[in-house]
Amino acid sequence: MSILIDKNTRLICQGFTGTHGTFHSKQAIAYGTNLVGGVTPKKGGQTHLGKPVFDTVGEAVEKIKPNATMIYVPAKFAASAIIEAIENNIALIVCITEGIPVLDMVKVKERIFKSNSRLIGPNCPGIITPNECKIGIMPGDIHKKGTCGIVSRSGTLTYEAVAQTSENGIGQSTVIGIGGDPINGTSFIDCLELFLKDEETKSIIMIGEIGGSSEEEAADFIKSSKIKKPIVGFVAGLTAPKGRRMGHAGAIISGGKGNAKDKIEKMKLCGITVAESPALIGKTLYDKLAR
Amino acid sequence: MNIHEHQAKEIFRKFGIDVPNGIAIFKLSEIEKKFKELKTKKIVLKAQIHAGGRGKAGGIKIIDGLDDLKIQAKSLLGKKLVTPQTGAQGREVKRLYLEETCDIKKEFYLSCLVDRASSKIAFISSKEGGMDIEDIAKKKPEKITTVKISLSNLINDEDIKKIIHPFDLPEKSKKIAKNLIKSIHKILIEKDANLIEVNPLVLAKDDSLICLDAKINFDDNALYRQPEILSLRDFNEEDSIEVEASKHELSYIKLEGKIGCMVNGAGLAMATMDIIKLYGSEPANFLDVGGGASKEKVSAAFKIILSDKNVKGILINIFGGIMRCDVLAEGVVSAAKESNLNIPLVVRLAGTNVELGKKILEKSNLKIISANNLSDAAEKIVNATK
Repeated sequence: MSILIDKNTRLICQGFTGTHGTFHSKQAIAYGTNLVGGVTPKKGGQTHLGKPVFDTVGEAVEKIKPNATMIYVPAKFAASAIIEAIENNIALIVCITEGIPVLDMVKVKERIFKSNSRLIGPNCPGIITPNECKIGIMPGDIHKKGTCGIVSRSGTLTYEAVAQTSENGIGQSTVIGIGGDPINGTSFIDCLELFLKDEETKSIIMIGEIGGSSEEEAADFIKSSKIKKPIVGFVAGLTAPKGRRMGHAGAIISGGKGNAKDKIEKMKLCGITVAESPALIGKTLYDKLAR
Repeated sequence: MNIHEHQAKEIFRKFGIDVPNGIAIFKLSEIEKKFKELKTKKIVLKAQIHAGGRGKAGGIKIIDGLDDLKIQAKSLLGKKLVTPQTGAQGREVKRLYLEETCDIKKEFYLSCLVDRASSKIAFISSKEGGMDIEDIAKKKPEKITTVKISLSNLINDEDIKKIIHPFDLPEKSKKIAKNLIKSIHKILIEKDANLIEVNPLVLAKDDSLICLDAKINFDDNALYRQPEILSLRDFNEEDSIEVEASKHELSYIKLEGKIGCMVNGAGLAMATMDIIKLYGSEPANFLDVGGGASKEKVSAAFKIILSDKNVKGILINIFGGIMRCDVLAEGVVSAAKESNLNIPLVVRLAGTNVELGKKILEKSNLKIISANNLSDAAEKIVNATK
C-alpha cells in the first residue's frame, strides 16, 4: 500500500500542452504513471503525447473519469485552475506552480474546506509512489520502493532525503512535497496522519524549514498520536537571518517566530529524532531502525 | 515589497483614513518651500528608511521653527541610520518626511495581516502602543487581542467591537475607529498587502484617532496586478547585488561569511548554508538558481557570488531534477574561465545527467574540486578556505 496515489490513479494534466506540462507529462508517462489525458483551454479535441486534450476539466471528467490532476498553469491563472478542479470533484489536486498571490490561495483554501478534494502544494515538487505513480517534477530514478514515508516543505532537499534512503536500502512508500508557500493545501499533519495509518509505511521522515509554525503543530500531533512509528526530522535554515525571505515565500523568520532552533527543540521534545546535518537524514533513520 | 511611511500614509489618505498633514523632502533646497506649504509650526522630521526602530536611532526629530528644521534636515539627509532592523551596516537616509504633530492622550497598537495558520485575515490590537509588539507578545501575551475574519465575509460590527475593545475609547471616537478598521481591511484586500501596521495609533486630546506611523508590506507574488504599488519600489532601500540577482530571476541574499554558495532549490540552499556552519565556517550568501536554470543564468549567478569581496571559496551544490547537471557544468566552466577564477571551487552534482556533468568539469582543465556528497562537499570547501 501507499498513500493517496498508486498504479490505479487516473491522472490528468492542467496546462497539458504548455512547455512545463508537456515535459513533465512525458516524464510521468515514461515512469509508468497512468496519465489519461489533459486540459488546455481552446485546444480541446487535439491529441497530445498520444492522449486526448479537453477544453475544460468538466469535459475531461465526463469522458475519461480522472481522480487526480497536476497543474502546471502560470501563477496568474493557477488559482482558478485549482478551483475548476475542485468544482469538478477531482479527489487529488497537485499544484506545482510557484508564485500564486497569497489572497488567491486564501480564496482557494475556503473552497477546499467545503469540498471533498485534497490539494497538494502549490509551489511544490509533487507526490510520488515509487514504481507506480509520479505526479510532479521530481527525478523518478532516485526513488526506490520501500517503507519510509517522506513529507517535506522543500523540493531538492526532499531529493536529498530520497537518495539517502534509497542508498541505504530503506526505500520509500510515498513521498510528498507540501510546498514552500505560506498557505498550502495539505499540511504536515495531514500527511503524518495518513502515513501513520498506512500499514506499508514503517517509518517517517519530515523535512521542515524556517517560517510559520507548521513543524511545531506537527510535533504536537506526533506526541498525541496513539499510533507510533519511528520519525526522523530535519529543519533547514539554522543560519538564515531574521526578516529575510529565503527563496520560498513562506520561509521567513518574522515577529521572532519561525526560527529553526525553536522548531528543532519542539520536535525533539515530542519524540522526533532530528538529524544534525542534511547529509545524515538517511543515516539517522537507519541507525534509529537498527537500534 | 516594503514602502516608505510617507507612501503608506498617502495610501491611507486615499482610503479615507485620518493621518497628520505631511510632506516628503528629497533635497535640502526644497525645505523652505515645503515648510511653508505645511502651514503649521508644530512639526516632526522623520527619516524615511525601510526599517523600524528609527526613533531610538535618532531618525525622528521634534522641530522648533524653520532654522532648526534646516539644521536637523542637513544632519539627517545622507546619514547612515543604524537600528536593530538595519543590521550593523545601517541604511543611508535619502528622503525625509515633515509632519504635523498632534497632542497625544493615549497610544495603541493596530495591525492587519494574512494569517498563514488559519488562512484568514487577522487583526491584532493592543492598548500598549508605540512599543515593540514582539516584546509584548512574549512578555504580556494577555495584552494582545487577535480577531480572525474569513476572506469571503465582510467585516461586521461585532468583529470591530472586539478589535477596538482594548483601546477603551470614548463614544465619540468609536465611530472613527470603525471606519479606520474597515478602511484598513479594504486596503489589505484591494492592494494585496501581507501586513498593515499602525504603531502607534493615537487618541488625540480632541478625541480624534490618528495613525502616527504606517507600515505596509505587499505580497511580491501579486505585484503583477498592482502596478501603482510596484511604482513605489525604492531601489535605494535594496542591496544592489540583490537587485542585480533579481533581474536574472535568481534568489540571492548576502550574508557575512566567506564561502559563496550556488544551489538549486530554496530548502537545499538553506541546508547547504547550515552544513557549512556545521563544518566550522560561515556562508557568504544564500543563492537559489531555481529549477530550470540556463547556462546564462548559472554564469550570472557565478559573477554575482564573486562580486562579494569577502568570498574566499565557492561551493556549488546541485541536485538535478528539472535542472540537468550537464547544463549546470557548462555554465560553471564558461563562467569560471571568463572570470579567471583564482579561489577554490568545490562542485557536488547529483541527479539528472550527473555523469555527463562530471565529464564536462573534468575535461575543462579547471582546478575544480569534485565532491561525492553533501558532507564531502562541505568538508572540502571549508578546508580549502581555511
